[in-house]
Amino acid sequence: MTNLVEIRALTVEATTDSGRKIQILKGIDLDIAAGETVAFIGESGSGKTTAAMTLLGHARPGCRISGGTVKVDGHDMATLPEKERAALRGTTVAYVPQSAAAAFNPASTIMDQVIEVTRIHRLMPPDEARRRAVALFRALSLPDPDGIGDRYPHQVSGGQLQRLAAAMALIGDPKVVIFDEPTTALDVTTQVEVLRAFKAVTAQHRIACVYVSHDLAVVAQIADRIMVLRNGAVQETGSVHDILTRPAHPYTQELLHAFHPDTGGREALPVADSAAPLLEINTLSAGYGPPQSNGQPLVLAVKGVSLQVKRGTNLGIIGESGCGKSTLARAIAGILPACKGDIQFNGKELWHSARQRSHDQLRDLQIVFQHADTALNPAKSIEDILGRPLTFYHGLRGKARDARVDALLDMVRLPRALRHRRPAELSGGQKQRVNFARALAAEPKLILCDEITSALDTVVAAAVIDLLKELQRELGLSYVFISHDLSVIEAICDEIVVMYRGQTVETIIPADRQPPQHPYSQLLFSSVPKLDPTWLDTLNIDADRMRVA
Amino acid sequence: MTSRVPSLILGRLLIALVTLTIVSFAVFFATTLLPGDTATILLGQAATPEAIAGLRTAMHLDDPALLRFVYWIGGLFRGDLGTSYANHMPVATLISGRLANTLKLAGLTTLVSVPLALTLGITAAMWRRTLYDRIVTIATIGVISVPEFVLATLAVLVFAVYLKWLPALSFTYNVDSFSGLLRAYAMPVITLTFGVSAQMIRMTRAAVIETLNTPYVEMALLKGASRPRMVLRHALPNALGPISNAVALSLSYLLGGVIIVETIFNYPGIAKLMVDAVSTRDLPLIQSCAMIFCFGYLILITTADIVAILSNPRLR
Repeated sequence: MTNLVEIRALTVEATTDSGRKIQILKGIDLDIAAGETVAFIGESGSGKTTAAMTLLGHARPGCRISGGTVKVDGHDMATLPEKERAALRGTTVAYVPQSAAAAFNPASTIMDQVIEVTRIHRLMPPDEARRRAVALFRALSLPDPDGIGDRYPHQVSGGQLQRLAAAMALIGDPKVVIFDEPTTALDVTTQVEVLRAFKAVTAQHRIACVYVSHDLAVVAQIADRIMVLRNGAVQETGSVHDILTRPAHPYTQELLHAFHPDTGGREALPVADSAAPLLEINTLSAGYGPPQSNGQPLVLAVKGVSLQVKRGTNLGIIGESGCGKSTLARAIAGILPACKGDIQFNGKELWHSARQRSHDQLRDLQIVFQHADTALNPAKSIEDILGRPLTFYHGLRGKARDARVDALLDMVRLPRALRHRRPAELSGGQKQRVNFARALAAEPKLILCDEITSALDTVVAAAVIDLLKELQRELGLSYVFISHDLSVIEAICDEIVVMYRGQTVETIIPADRQPPQHPYSQLLFSSVPKLDPTWLDTLNIDADRMRVA
Repeated sequence: MTSRVPSLILGRLLIALVTLTIVSFAVFFATTLLPGDTATILLGQAATPEAIAGLRTAMHLDDPALLRFVYWIGGLFRGDLGTSYANHMPVATLISGRLANTLKLAGLTTLVSVPLALTLGITAAMWRRTLYDRIVTIATIGVISVPEFVLATLAVLVFAVYLKWLPALSFTYNVDSFSGLLRAYAMPVITLTFGVSAQMIRMTRAAVIETLNTPYVEMALLKGASRPRMVLRHALPNALGPISNAVALSLSYLLGGVIIVETIFNYPGIAKLMVDAVSTRDLPLIQSCAMIFCFGYLILITTADIVAILSNPRLR
C-alpha cells in the first residue's frame, strides 16, 4: 500500500524582483503514513513553510513548484489543474495558519468562516455544519462552544482564534492537516492548552499532520518524526527520539545546543558594592488613554511596580502578553510618561517624561525595541542609523564618526562592509544587532531590551544573547531584559521579576535555585516546553485555576 | 458590548456641520472680495452718485461685512436665498429648475458609472495581471489623461455630426418619451461617465488588490474557495471603506465640476448658472450655488464615512 503523502524530488523556484530565479526547495523526498505526524523544523528561510504548502498545491506569489511530485491521497498536487486542486483543499488537505488573528476575515463572523469549507465544497447542509462546528469547538476545549461562533474575530483572544482556526481546518474531515507554526505567536501558558487540544483531536480522528515549527521542544511533544530543513534541503529525517538523542547532522546538533542556552560563563562582575542601585523605581504606575477624574489614565497597564537594578547586574522581566512588561519599559525610558511613582537613576530622580530629562540622562538609559524591522528607518543606510546618535550625544562628525561606526559594527560582530547597506538588505539577526549597536552608540549605563530575541530563530537568538553577555563583560553595562521566554531570561539575568496583570508577583534569583512560590509563576515556569517527548502528556497543571489564584 | 456606531456617526455629522459653517464664512467673504461695486454694475456707468448711494443703502451694502453675513445666514436658515441682483428674481426660483436638471444628469450618470466602474474595478482585481486587467488599466489611464472637453467635442463630432444619431445640443424640454430621454442625455452622460469612472475603477482595483494580499484571503484560497468567492466574500467587504470614499469623491464632481460638459452640450444645469452669475457679479446667486455644491459634497463624503463605519464589525 502506498503512503497517504508521497513527495518525490520536489523543487520550488522563486523569481526575485530582479527577475533572477532561485531554487528555494532543492529536491525533497518524504512519505507520511495515515495518522502520522511529521514535523518540519528549521530556521526562517529554510523552506519549511514552502514545503508544507506544496501539499496544498499552493506556492506563494512569486514562487512555483518547478519539479517533482507531491502525491496526496493519490492526487499529484503539483500537476493537478487549479480547479481540481481547489476541490481537494479543505476536504483532503487542510491548513492551520501561523497567525490565526490575521487569517480570519475581520468582516464576517467566526461561524461563517469555520463552516465555509462545507459551503464551498457542498459537504453538508449549513445546520449540520454548525452542529459539527460546535462539537469541534467543544473538543478543542473552547469556552462557550455554542456562542463563540457568533462573535467576530476581534472579539476572541489569540489562543482561542488559533483553536478556532484548527476547527476551521478540521470541519471538512481532511486526511492531512498542515499546522504552520500554530503556537509561535502564543504565550507559553496558552501554548500548552492549544497543543493539548490539537493533539487530542488529531489523534481521535487519526489525521496525518505536518507540523511546521522552529521550536524543537514543541515539536517533541506532538510529532512522530522530524524532518530538519536548511536552505531548502533536507538535512536529516528521523524519529523524534533519534533526532533528540542522536542528532547526526551538525545543524541539528546546533539547534539542540541552542535550546540549552549557556547559563554559565557570565561570572559576577567586580561590582563596586555600593549600596545605591543603578535604577530604582517605586510604586510606578503607567497606562493609556485620556486621564480620568482621579488623575489616572483610562487603562492602567502598570500598577504600582517597584524594582531595583544593581550596577553591573541584569534584571529579567517575564510575563504573558498584556501583563504590562513593555509598558513598564516605555515608562522607565520616559516614552510613555508614568502617571505615578518615581524613578531614580544613578542616584538622581528622573522626570517621568523623556522630554524633560537631561541630555546625559537620556544618553545613559537606552532602549532597544522588539522589532528591528520597524525600529530602523528603512530609507537610511546602517552608517546613518549608527551615526545619528554619535552626533547627537557625542558631537562626533566626519572621520571620528566613521571610525566609531566601524568600532560599533566590530562590537556587534558585523562586517564593516555592511555600513553602506540599508536595513532591508540585512537578515533578521543582523538587523537586531544594528538595532542594539545603535543603543551602544550612546555609551549608556543601562539598556532596556524589550523582547529583542523574540522575532529571531533559536540559533540566532542564542548568538545574540552570547553577544550581549560579552559586551556586558567588556563595557560594564546593565540590562533590563524583557521577554516572555524563560530560557532566554535565565541565560542572562541575575534576578527575574514575574509580572502578571500589571503587577510584580514574585522576584526570583536563578542562582538560588528556589522553586517559584506564586501560583502564576509556577504556571509560567511549568509551561515552558521541555525536550522530553512525554512532557506534555505528564504535565499536570490546571491553567485556569492557577490564573485566578 | 455597547455599540460605538451612534456616537461615531453623530461625530461625523457634527464635523460636516462645522465644515459647512466654515465654508459659508469662506464663501461669503471671498465673494465680497470680488472686484467691482455691485451698485455701479447694476445701475451702469452713467448712474449718478446719489442713485448709487441710495441703492447701496437699500441693499445694506454699507453695513459692516459681519452684519451682512449674519443677515445672509439668517436668510439661508429661513429658506430665503435672497434676490438676484441681475434680474431681481428670487434666487430660489432661479436655482430650483437648474438644480433639478443637474441632479437629473448627475443621477443618470451615477446609475451608469457606479455599477460600471465597480464591475470593471473588481473584475480587473480578480484577474490581476491578465490581458483583461491590462486592457482595463490602459483604457482607464487613457481616459483619465484625455481632458473632458476633448471627449465631449469628439462625442459631438462622432455621434451628432458624422453618424447623426443624436442631437448635438441637449434640449431637455422634449424628453417626454424614453427614446427622447435617451437621445437628450446619451452624450452628456457618456462623457461624464468616462470622466468619473476612470478614478473609481483605479481606486476600486487598488483597494481590492490590497485586501487580496492579506492572509485571510490566502486562507480562503487554501479552503478551496474559487476566485470570485475570494474576491466577493473576503476581499470586497473589507475594501468597502476606501471604495465608498473613492465613489463619493468622484460623484461630488458631478455637482459642481461639470461646467465644461454643460457648456458644450448647452445643458441648463447649475454649474452654468454659477458661471453666468460670476460674470454678472450676482453675489446672492454665487453664494447660494457655492453653498449647494459644498452641501452636496458633504452629503456624499459623510455618507461614504458612514458606510465605512457600518462595514467595519470592529466598530459595530
